[in-house]
Order: sequence, then C-alpha cells, then structure tokens
Amino acid sequence: MTSSSSSSNYYFVIVGHADQVVYEIELGGTTGQIAPTTDNRHLNQFIAHAALDLVDEAMWRNSTTYLKQVDKFNEWIVSAYVTAGGLRFLFLYEHLPRTGEDGLKNFLTEIYETYVKLLLNPFYIPDKPIRSGAFDKKIQTIARKWIL
Amino acid sequence: MQSSSARMRSTTLDRSLQKTKGDVNLTTFALLFSEMVQYSQNRVDNIQDLQNKLADFGKHVGVRILDLFFLRNGKDKREVRLTPMLIFIQKTFWKFLFNREADHLEQHAQEANVYYIIERECLVNKFISVPKDKGNLNYASFVAGIIEGILCTSGFTCKVHTHQAPRGTTHVITFAQSVMDRESRLDAK
Repeated sequence: MTSSSSSSNYYFVIVGHADQVVYEIELGGTTGQIAPTTDNRHLNQFIAHAALDLVDEAMWRNSTTYLKQVDKFNEWIVSAYVTAGGLRFLFLYEHLPRTGEDGLKNFLTEIYETYVKLLLNPFYIPDKPIRSGAFDKKIQTIARKWIL
Repeated sequence: MQSSSARMRSTTLDRSLQKTKGDVNLTTFALLFSEMVQYSQNRVDNIQDLQNKLADFGKHVGVRILDLFFLRNGKDKREVRLTPMLIFIQKTFWKFLFNREADHLEQHAQEANVYYIIERECLVNKFISVPKDKGNLNYASFVAGIIEGILCTSGFTCKVHTHQAPRGTTHVITFAQSVMDRESRLDAK
C-alpha cells in the first residue's frame, strides 16, 4: 500500500446543486508512481465533501467567483471556484502548480467556459453527471496548458 | 474500428462563445415562439398545463443563459444578496434579452418574500392575441420560466407566476423560506 503520494497530483471535482458529483478527474502524477489506490480516491472525495460546507459559507459572503483557499486537510489544500449558476468547482492540491495562483485561476476559468459550452447542449440535463469523452480530453488539454 | 482520434476535429467544445452576428430578428423569434406554443397546445388539456409547459421551456433557457451572460460580458462578480439580484435581472439582464429594461420592480406590501416585475409591453406577447375562451392565459409564462430558471440556479429558490394587470404584464416572484432565512442571516452579520 502506498503512502500518501508526494507527487504533483491534483484532484478536480465539479459539485452540483444537490451536492452530487457532476464530474471528477485526477490530474498529474509523476512517472514511476504506482496507480492511485482506491484509498486515495476515497480520501480525495472525503476531503472535497468536507470542504463543501466552507465553500457554501464563503460563497454567500463573497461575491467573487474564484475563492482562493477555503480549506486545508493535513497537507491537502482545497481551492474553490463558484459559477454564476451556483455550481462549485473544487480543486485539491498539495503544492501549488508550477504556474501558481494565476495559473490555477486561468485553469478554472477555462474549465468554466468549457462547461458552459457543454451546458448549451439541449440534450445535456444540468446537474447530471458528465460522461463525455470530448469533455475529458478538453479538460486534460487545459490542464496541460495551465497546471501540469 | 479506427476512431477519429487520428484526425484533428474541432468539437462543439472548441467553438467560441462570443456572439458573431447582431441581434436576432423579432419576426424569426415570433415564428419560433408560435411553433412552441402550437406544439404545447396540441399536448395539453387545460390552460394551467399550457402555462406550465411554456414555463418549462423558459426554465430550460434560464439555467443556461445566466452562465452564458457572465462569460460573454466578462462579469465575474456574482450577486449574493436578494435585492441586488432582482435589480440585476430587471435592468442588466432584461437589456441583454430584450434590449430594454423592465419597467417596475416592486415588493409586496405585507409579504416580504413576494416581488413583482412589471412590464408594460411584453415582447413575447407582441404578436399574440388571446381568444375569448382561453380566459386568463398568458404566454409570458415563457419569460416567467426564464426568470425562475435564473433565480433557482443561482441559489434563490422561488416560484414565478404571470398575470395581466392594468399596468402591464406582471411576474409575481415568490421566494422560498430558505432564501429569506439566509437573507436575514446575512443581514445580521
């Protein structure tokens, strides 16, 4: 069993209005790293879920969309981005990506744009899980551009 | 089967969100709307259901158009309080949709969670005449659906009804108790 990874792994999740997972993805990971165990995945989801209360608190006090750091769990830091439509993007990281806070903000803004393009599809029901391959690829491209 | 990953294909996710042409033609919209109304009319039995169907169409539009508006206009400050949000809808948003502002925004005298948005001449009703046997049918339920979509998705749960008043088309917005509680909590801090 691997100990908690010290690589530059990131976990990104989009949380819907009913606190359900709309989309989640793990990014990064150095070479030679054993594939993330299920323990890691559950831990990520647990941290994100625990941070939701704090995000809810912050989003009604603060009218900005990008809330920088809302929570910290051991060495995992949670950053949040709240969209106009009330959707919450959570980003978990241990160390800031190479492009820093600005890179992270740009990453989240581009994901927001991509999400809206998906939302404009009349066949996509808002708040339902996103299962599109094109969306996955696009997120990975954006991640490579901004944070990896 | 060879997938298309070998080709560079731009998906809908790559296209730009910015508006390329000018505003949509009013007659085109009226044609589309009349088709929507006829489609709904063939599938319902009474007036209330017809208004509900139109409101559903509106909700479909409302949840999407809010985010689109934020992206196109580069706005990044969300509205978190009730009154600024309603003012935002009345002025900025109405201008975005119909190129003019809604005429009045009022609060009910006795009940604090009921608000009215009044418009003298509703764009949607411009080319529509209501036959006598349909009584108080109002096609502006479509616009009510848009308002409800916007408010509900940004966290202000509510119900919106429309009726025709002497002053113009009136949308009655009734907010849920949770919204009023949150407002008073934020007021107190």
